[in-house]
Amino acid sequence: MIKGLEHVLDVHPIFAGMDQETRHLIAGCGKNVVHEPGDYFIREGDEANVFYLIRHGRAALEVHVPGREPIVIATAGENEVLGWAWLTPPYRWHFDVRAVEQIRAVSIDAVCLRAKCKADPAVGFAFYKNFTPLIASRLDATRLQLIDVYGQPKAAPEPELESGPPAKPAPPKPADPQ
Amino acid sequence: MTYVKDGASLERSKTDDPMVPDLYEVKSLLRELDDTFTLTVSLPGQMEQFRFSPGQFNMLYKFGVGEVPISISGDPGATGELVHTIRNVGPVTDAMSYLRPGDMIGVRGPYGSSWPVEAAVGKDVVIVAGGIGLAPLRPAILHCLNHRDQYGDLVLYYGARSPSEMLYEREIERWRRRGLHVEETVDHAEPSWTGHVGVVTHLIDRGDFHPDKTLAFVCGPEIMMRYAVQALTDSKVPDTQIYVSMERNMKCALGFCGRCQYGPVFICRDGPVFPYQKIAPYMKTREI
Ligand SMILES: Cc1cc2nc3c(=O)[nH]c(=O)nc-3n(C[C@H](O)[C@H](O)[C@H](O)COP(=O)(O)OP(=O)(O)OC[C@H]3O[C@@H](n4cnc5c(N)ncnc54)[C@H](O)[C@@H]3O)c2cc1C
Repeated sequence: MIKGLEHVLDVHPIFAGMDQETRHLIAGCGKNVVHEPGDYFIREGDEANVFYLIRHGRAALEVHVPGREPIVIATAGENEVLGWAWLTPPYRWHFDVRAVEQIRAVSIDAVCLRAKCKADPAVGFAFYKNFTPLIASRLDATRLQLIDVYGQPKAAPEPELESGPPAKPAPPKPADPQ
Repeated sequence: MTYVKDGASLERSKTDDPMVPDLYEVKSLLRELDDTFTLTVSLPGQMEQFRFSPGQFNMLYKFGVGEVPISISGDPGATGELVHTIRNVGPVTDAMSYLRPGDMIGVRGPYGSSWPVEAAVGKDVVIVAGGIGLAPLRPAILHCLNHRDQYGDLVLYYGARSPSEMLYEREIERWRRRGLHVEETVDHAEPSWTGHVGVVTHLIDRGDFHPDKTLAFVCGPEIMMRYAVQALTDSKVPDTQIYVSMERNMKCALGFCGRCQYGPVFICRDGPVFPYQKIAPYMKTREI
C-alpha cells in the first residue's frame, strides 16, 4: 500500500526535490480515497486536517451564498494539489469542495504531517518550500479573477488630434431606418 | 480625399479611393450572447474575388453613425459571404446590432497581417482566446481544421467571464469532433458547469504540449494576453513562436492617420497580428 503511494509521491511535482526518506515519511500519512460526483468532502469552517493529490477527476471549490446557488470560484483537476488551509493556523477550510466527477485522490493526513514537520525541521522546510509557490500562484490567479479581464474596459480619454476627430454621434434608436 | 458619409450616394463598384467602402447587404444577424452578435454580409456577384487570411479585419461602416475595425470571423475556405462577430460596446457597434437582413453596410478591407497558419504546418498549434478574442481566431481554427492532417496537436484554451458568456458553444463541440482539443475555463460559475473555473493562464500551466514545436496564437483583452504570453514563456514556448493580435482605436486602417500607432508600429498596417517578440517591449511599457 505504502509502496503504491510512494510511487505517486515520487512523480508528483509538489514533492520534487524531496529525498526518498522524506517521501517515505509522508507516504506514511497518506491513503487512497474516492469521492463520488456530488459529494461534498470538504465543508467551510471544518478543521483542515488533510490535503489531497488529485489523481483523476475534478473538484469544485464553492462559496455558499444564502438564498442563491453556490458560486464555484475555482476547480482543481488531475495532478493538482487540493487544499493548503492545513498549513497555517487556525487550520480551517474556507470553502466547500464538491466532486464534479468521480475523484480518485491520495489524501494526506495533515495532523500526522505537521507532527513530522515539527519533529524534523528539514522535512518542514522542504514542505513549506514546495507549497509556497503553489500558494503564490493561487493568489496570483485570484488577483487576475478579481481584475475581471474579460470585462469591457472603461474608455480611456481620447487624445485630441490637431484636426480633431469627428464628434461621436448619439446612438441610434432601434428603428433606425439606415 | 472625400469621405462619403451618405450610404445612398455610394456607388456599388469600388472607386479608386481606398477610403470609400463597398456596399454590402446584410444576410443575417445572429445573437450569440446578450451583447454579442454575428453579422453575415455579402456583395452579390463579387464575393468570389474576396480573399482574406485568418486574423485580418475589415472596416465596417454603419451609415450615419461611424466606421469601426472588426476582424473577419468566418471560414477562410468559404466564399460567398463575410462573417463578423461583434460585441456591442458603443455607438457604432450598438447601431450595427439593429441591422436586419436586406440592410446595407459599408465594408473596406481586408486589412492587416494574419495568423501564421502556413508557418505552423507540421507543428502543434496552441490557441489562447479570451472573451470576444475567440472571434479573430475562429478563421485560424477553421483553417487548421480544414487542413487537419497538416498540423500536429491543435489545442484551444478559451477563457470567459462565465459560462453564459462563452462564444460559439455549439460550434466548439463540432471543432472537438474534428480534432481540436478544447479546454474552457470561466472566472466563476454555477454548480451545473462541469468545466474549469479559474484563469485561462492556469490551463496553459497545466497544458500538455511540446513547447519547442508549438506555435501559439493569443487573442483577447490586452491584460489577459500579457499574462497568457507569460504563462506560455514559463512553459518554455520560445517568444519567437508566440503571436498576439493587438487592438487600438483606428480611423483610416491604411497606415496614414497614425490613430492606431503603438510604439513604432501602426496596428492597422503592421498588425493586428504581431510576433510577440516584435512588440514585447511596448506591451510592457506604460502609457502606450
Ligand atoms: C484590428 C481590430 C479588430 C477588431 N475586431 C473586433 C471584432 O472582431 N469584434 C469586436 O466586437 N470588436 C473588434 N474590435 C474592436 C472594435 O473595433 C471596437 O469595439 C469598436 O471600434 C467600438 O466602436 P463603438 O463606436 O461601438 O464604441 P466606442 O464608443 O468607440 O468604444 C466603446 C468602448 O470600447 C473601447 N474600444 C473602442 N475601440 C476599441 C478597440 N479597438 N480596442 C479596444 N477597446 C476599444 C473604448 O475605449 C470604449 O470603452 C477590433 C478592433 C481592432 C483594432
